[in-house]
Amino acid sequence: MFVTIFGSVEQGIIYAIMALGVYLTFRVLDFPDLTVDGSFVTGAATAAMMIVLGYNPVIATLVAILAGFVAGCITGLLHTKGNINPLLSGILMMIALYSINLRIMGFTLENSVGRPNIPLLNVDTIFSTVAAWWGNLGIDAAITSALMGLGFEKVPKTWSALFVGLVIIIIIKLFVDWFLKTEVGLAIRATGDNQRMIRSFSANTDRLIILGLGLSNGLVALAGALIAQVNKAADVTMGVGMIVTGLASVIIGEAILGTKTIMRTTLAVIIGAVIYRVVLALALKSGFLDSGDMKLITAVIVIIALILPQMIDKYKERKRKAKRLAEMRTKVEQGGNELA
Amino acid sequence: MSLLKLQQIQKTFNEGTPDEKVALGNINLHLKPGDFVTIIGSNGAGKSTMMNMISGALTPDYGRISIDGKDVTALPEFKRSQYIGRVFQDPMAGTAPSMTIEENIALAYSRNKPRGLRMGVTKKRRDIFRTALERLHLNLENRLGAKVGLLSGGERQALSLLMATFTQPSILLLDEHTAALDPSRATLITQLTKELVAQDQLTTLMVTHNMQQALDLGNRLIMMDKGQIILEVEEQRKPHLTIPDLMAEFEAIRGEKMNSDRALLG
Ligand SMILES: Nc1ncnc2c1ncn2[C@@H]1O[C@H](COP(=O)(O)OP(=O)(O)OP(=O)(O)O)[C@@H](O)[C@H]1O
Ligand SMILES: [Mg+2]
Repeated sequence: MFVTIFGSVEQGIIYAIMALGVYLTFRVLDFPDLTVDGSFVTGAATAAMMIVLGYNPVIATLVAILAGFVAGCITGLLHTKGNINPLLSGILMMIALYSINLRIMGFTLENSVGRPNIPLLNVDTIFSTVAAWWGNLGIDAAITSALMGLGFEKVPKTWSALFVGLVIIIIIKLFVDWFLKTEVGLAIRATGDNQRMIRSFSANTDRLIILGLGLSNGLVALAGALIAQVNKAADVTMGVGMIVTGLASVIIGEAILGTKTIMRTTLAVIIGAVIYRVVLALALKSGFLDSGDMKLITAVIVIIALILPQMIDKYKERKRKAKRLAEMRTKVEQGGNELA
Repeated sequence: MSLLKLQQIQKTFNEGTPDEKVALGNINLHLKPGDFVTIIGSNGAGKSTMMNMISGALTPDYGRISIDGKDVTALPEFKRSQYIGRVFQDPMAGTAPSMTIEENIALAYSRNKPRGLRMGVTKKRRDIFRTALERLHLNLENRLGAKVGLLSGGERQALSLLMATFTQPSILLLDEHTAALDPSRATLITQLTKELVAQDQLTTLMVTHNMQQALDLGNRLIMMDKGQIILEVEEQRKPHLTIPDLMAEFEAIRGEKMNSDRALLG
């Protein structure tokens, strides 16, 4: 149980980077960007390909971010310059990326151009590199004996992956918080809020949309690159349903922590991503759900999260109306009494 | 020298279809620096279309627009808006509701400088914003961190006006910016408009359906009808003009009575 939860927190923190990307498009830019399913794999494929070809995993990960950034920019170009609607722009890019991702992974083969997956078993990744250094610190042994002392039987092998994830997510969160408060960041937020207004304050909304989509998909690709490294494989299908996962994380987080300030909302999204993973893992562990059901559960979570607020609003509205009606009635009755 | 020049501006919507509509016939208008022109005219006269031509939200089919001697006819809206401040009729239109008051002003503050990775709101800027807000007398200077979506229509419109004039644009466009407010709020915004325009001597175009407001404000007045400017009242004559004068002028030009119910009540 503890190991299951630990594992899903470890993964959830990495998926949180992707969720922050989804937050940037869906919430900040008000642009439902479906590129994510493709750009997540692009990140994974690019990093895996370069690592297998012998590049430093940090460099490979940085190039993966760049690849995602470019993919997002192209979606933005399709929408702003090509006048294609946001959903369709994203879908087109997602489909195109499927082929591109096969080609990217194909760079590792000599006799073929496309490749559906790359295992990362006996190569250096960011995680294996840190794990080697981490192992010498003796932290794992200390935590293990502490936990054993507390009565846990099964404990996680290493905390290094969680450490890497935490460091990266903190950096990313601080970056997003900072960026959304810069002049450009404010203009991007205004573009999502009131495009006509910000254009009347001399902002090039086309360029801001393109930049926002680029940054978002850069983050998504970073998540893909890290997931490939921590799970030791990149696969062309690993992005399926990613957008819904991201959206579920955003919605869960916002429901729990609210959206008072940017800093709070980004924290909410991260926590939402972790909770989502944990809940999912427990549902699978309980046995009556198969791992193939994951996407269905995700879809159901998002559907509930989208419908519930509407129902709550309607319920509140009805209650408000009933109250007003009751007030009016008592007033009329009182008025009648005075007259009598 | 003219600050704003419209030469033979024409615009037809849905050309070549049964819905064809000539919104602007042949508009010529020159504004000197510091001119404050009020614009009146019945519904569909083309007033908003003309404002949209100047701001660049629409491009003319024919004609030339220049600002400060520079031809801007082909300049896209976002570039032109470096020199042009706008306030719309809808109080929701001029601000970003999910952002705070200070963030909104920061957006206005960056209008005529390239936006970079500096902080939008700094301590120094916040002081500038606060001083500016004090002029509105709405106590907004003490609510810098409040989301604009929470403000009332009148407060939002006052903020929109402040933001539109914040960087002293060459031209200020006001399109029925008091029409959606209740009378007391409308009076407040009218008063603010007067003060802010006078303070920086902004060259201003203001559309209104309220004839009294059109007479009270500004140094020039134009009347539009069916895509044409049918009357121009110059500086010398404007102070002596009355509502009956305007009605009589309209009748003399158009040979019909002015549909004045909305115009008078405004
Ligand atoms: N985008 C558009 N497409 C088609 N017709 C339009 C468009 N915009 C305006 N028109 C038409 O052009 C004419 C002028 O419209 P405009 O909005 O400029 O009038 P207005 O003088 O501002 O009127 P109001 O006092 O009602 O605001 C109207 O007949 C209108 O229906
Ligand atoms: Mg109009």
